[in-house]
Amino acid sequence: MSIAALANRSTPDRTGHGTVAPSDDHLSALEAEGIHIMREVVAEFERPVLLFSGGKDSIVMLRLAEKAFHPGRIPFPLMHVDTGHNFPEVMEYRDRRVAELGARLVVASVEEAIAQGLVVDPTGPRASRNQIQTVPLLHAIQQHKFDAVFGGARRDEEKARAKERVFSFRDEFGQWDPKNQRPELWSLFNGRHRKGQHIRVFPLSNWTETDIWQYIARERLDLPSIYYAHERDVFRRDGMVMAVTPVTQPQPDEPVVRMVVRYRTVGDMTCTAAVESSADTVEKIIEEVATSRITERGATRADDRASEAAMEDRKREGYF
Amino acid sequence: MSAGLLRICTAGSVDDGKSTLIGRLLYDSRAVYEDQLHSIERASKNRSAGPIDFSLFTDGLRAEREQGITIDVAYRYFATARRKFILADTPGHEQYTRNMATGASTADVAILLVDARHGVRPQSRRHAQIARLLGIKDYVVAVNKMDLVDFDRSVFDTIVDEFDQILAGARLHPIPLSALHGDNVIAHSERTPWFTGKPLLEFLESVTVDRDVTSFPFRFPVQLVLRPTHEFRGYAGQVLSGTVTKGEPVTVWPSGRTTRVKQIVTFDGELDVARPGQSVTLTLEDEIDISRGDMITAGPVNVSQHFRADVVWMDERPLDPSRVYVVKHTTRAVTAELDRALQLNQIGSVNVTTARPVMIDAYAENRGTGSFIIIDPATNFTAGAGMIAEVLPEVDGRQVGGSSAAERIARLARAASTEQEAIEAVRQALEKLLS
Repeated sequence: MSIAALANRSTPDRTGHGTVAPSDDHLSALEAEGIHIMREVVAEFERPVLLFSGGKDSIVMLRLAEKAFHPGRIPFPLMHVDTGHNFPEVMEYRDRRVAELGARLVVASVEEAIAQGLVVDPTGPRASRNQIQTVPLLHAIQQHKFDAVFGGARRDEEKARAKERVFSFRDEFGQWDPKNQRPELWSLFNGRHRKGQHIRVFPLSNWTETDIWQYIARERLDLPSIYYAHERDVFRRDGMVMAVTPVTQPQPDEPVVRMVVRYRTVGDMTCTAAVESSADTVEKIIEEVATSRITERGATRADDRASEAAMEDRKREGYF
Repeated sequence: MSAGLLRICTAGSVDDGKSTLIGRLLYDSRAVYEDQLHSIERASKNRSAGPIDFSLFTDGLRAEREQGITIDVAYRYFATARRKFILADTPGHEQYTRNMATGASTADVAILLVDARHGVRPQSRRHAQIARLLGIKDYVVAVNKMDLVDFDRSVFDTIVDEFDQILAGARLHPIPLSALHGDNVIAHSERTPWFTGKPLLEFLESVTVDRDVTSFPFRFPVQLVLRPTHEFRGYAGQVLSGTVTKGEPVTVWPSGRTTRVKQIVTFDGELDVARPGQSVTLTLEDEIDISRGDMITAGPVNVSQHFRADVVWMDERPLDPSRVYVVKHTTRAVTAELDRALQLNQIGSVNVTTARPVMIDAYAENRGTGSFIIIDPATNFTAGAGMIAEVLPEVDGRQVGGSSAAERIARLARAASTEQEAIEAVRQALEKLLS
């Protein structure tokens, strides 16, 4: 049956997804679950670390950590995998937030990994360091002997992530074996591992993009400015809106225009696209997300477009 | 008006049309985005399942796409105007039954999908049994591919009767379907005039589930002790059941010491009452030795080292009664022995003896304190899942590890309010043990 035929069979009174605003109860339940997960990790692991990119999901995760250990401080360091190609607004945000919390920041640097010869810097007009981030990430995990790594990934983001456990086992090489995951029943998590192995932990597994934005609104969380609508010089590439930056230069056949855009996801500049949007407040963004017909990664991530299983392949190697 | 979140799991044998049904539900609730649709159209070209293959919405792994089967649970999040849903799409293949149990453990409703032409197959029966053990009370018996049996009511009735026997006592909601053509998925089908129940989506939007454990006895497993300053000592955890109010008396197990709740601390300010599901930090009036794995409670508690449980075995290495395992129950991990052998995917009633006491309830009465997982200490794999059926009488003190008599005596001593009482309690216990 064709898509059109299916569409015609839908009842006309069916309104779009996201029309139910998550109730405060729903957000509170997600928050309590996230706090529970973080406390389990701190109780059972020796050296946890939280991956903090300055993106909205890691910002929410950081708030959960503040809540989980209140009135104490967050009892683990933060880690940023720095490709050297980050948006300056995000770097500014990262440093400000780390200072506010008095947290320790570990930077896993792609530049350094290139200098040490661990990875080769991709070249060419479309080069991106996204793929090679995994190497410094795993290197830092090994070097600092981290045994639990909090990530902000959500199951609703992408089909390989939809399959992942909350506690996700990684072998001595940092690799994920999706065919042989540990069963995970109720909220009884199994974090046992041997030396050299580690567990990736995803406290936001059950959150959707709408939940994240509703929570940002409820908690009045500060975000890097690029999440909100602003004017920017951009060009179109493969149907995506790319900013003109030192590392993303337009080709001769890619004319530059000035547009009002915002970022729906924040990653490395070379593989993160903007979306045309005039949403300049949290409320307007919630409205925009509710009516969007395109997933956040589909709209903005060149890295997932490589192949049908691009995310799975990167995750197997140890990517976040 | 929103009916609150509903957690669904789907189960069925291979080729019963599960993925098609889910694809249709997602599509009709507009939970499928344009870019996903395009990517699936692209991928469908390489396959033989017709112009659009709905299984590609949920079978996200390369190996699943290659083999055309579901290996692991995929979680999907969608909403209609009336309700939010989390759907755990679980594998039908026998080899991956453990992943079905993972998805079913948190579900309110199970959709059991059956191909009308084949009737109830062994794998459907197994899934129904596991879902039942995991405490799911509402079942949609989704008899699919009704178009291929000419919407014959007697075919439908035979299958429903069979599930009535497998799931005696549960609430069954049978629906005759054609997922491919949309009959009774979102709207009543004219082809089943004899069917008077609700179509699937309408049922899911309106079913009420009772997850409320507010009236249950208070159970608060301690996750960790927070001591940010010398003045503050708080016990962090999530309320499993019941409520606790500031000033209320509570008992801490396994020590048996009683005290009162001084404060209920959260980042957003102190609370007067903590309710089920809330993650809070309690401070107590008296200084008591409490650590992770202890439980703060109100009401009667079973503190036991010996219980009977229904166990689902999920490891290729069979359960070996001559070995010791690790049982993780609430926030407490204890060494344990299990008294019978089980093979992969086998379900059995097992007597469990733990080296240290656990604070348990029957699973039917309290899921949080009635469930546990079994970890193989040699591989660290989660080898089994257990649901407590009953507490067994204490066997004599010489159990696994041999520490239980000493622990029991120490507990008696700690529970006493004066030194004299403690001496008397220990004397009596020793006499009883030695006689």
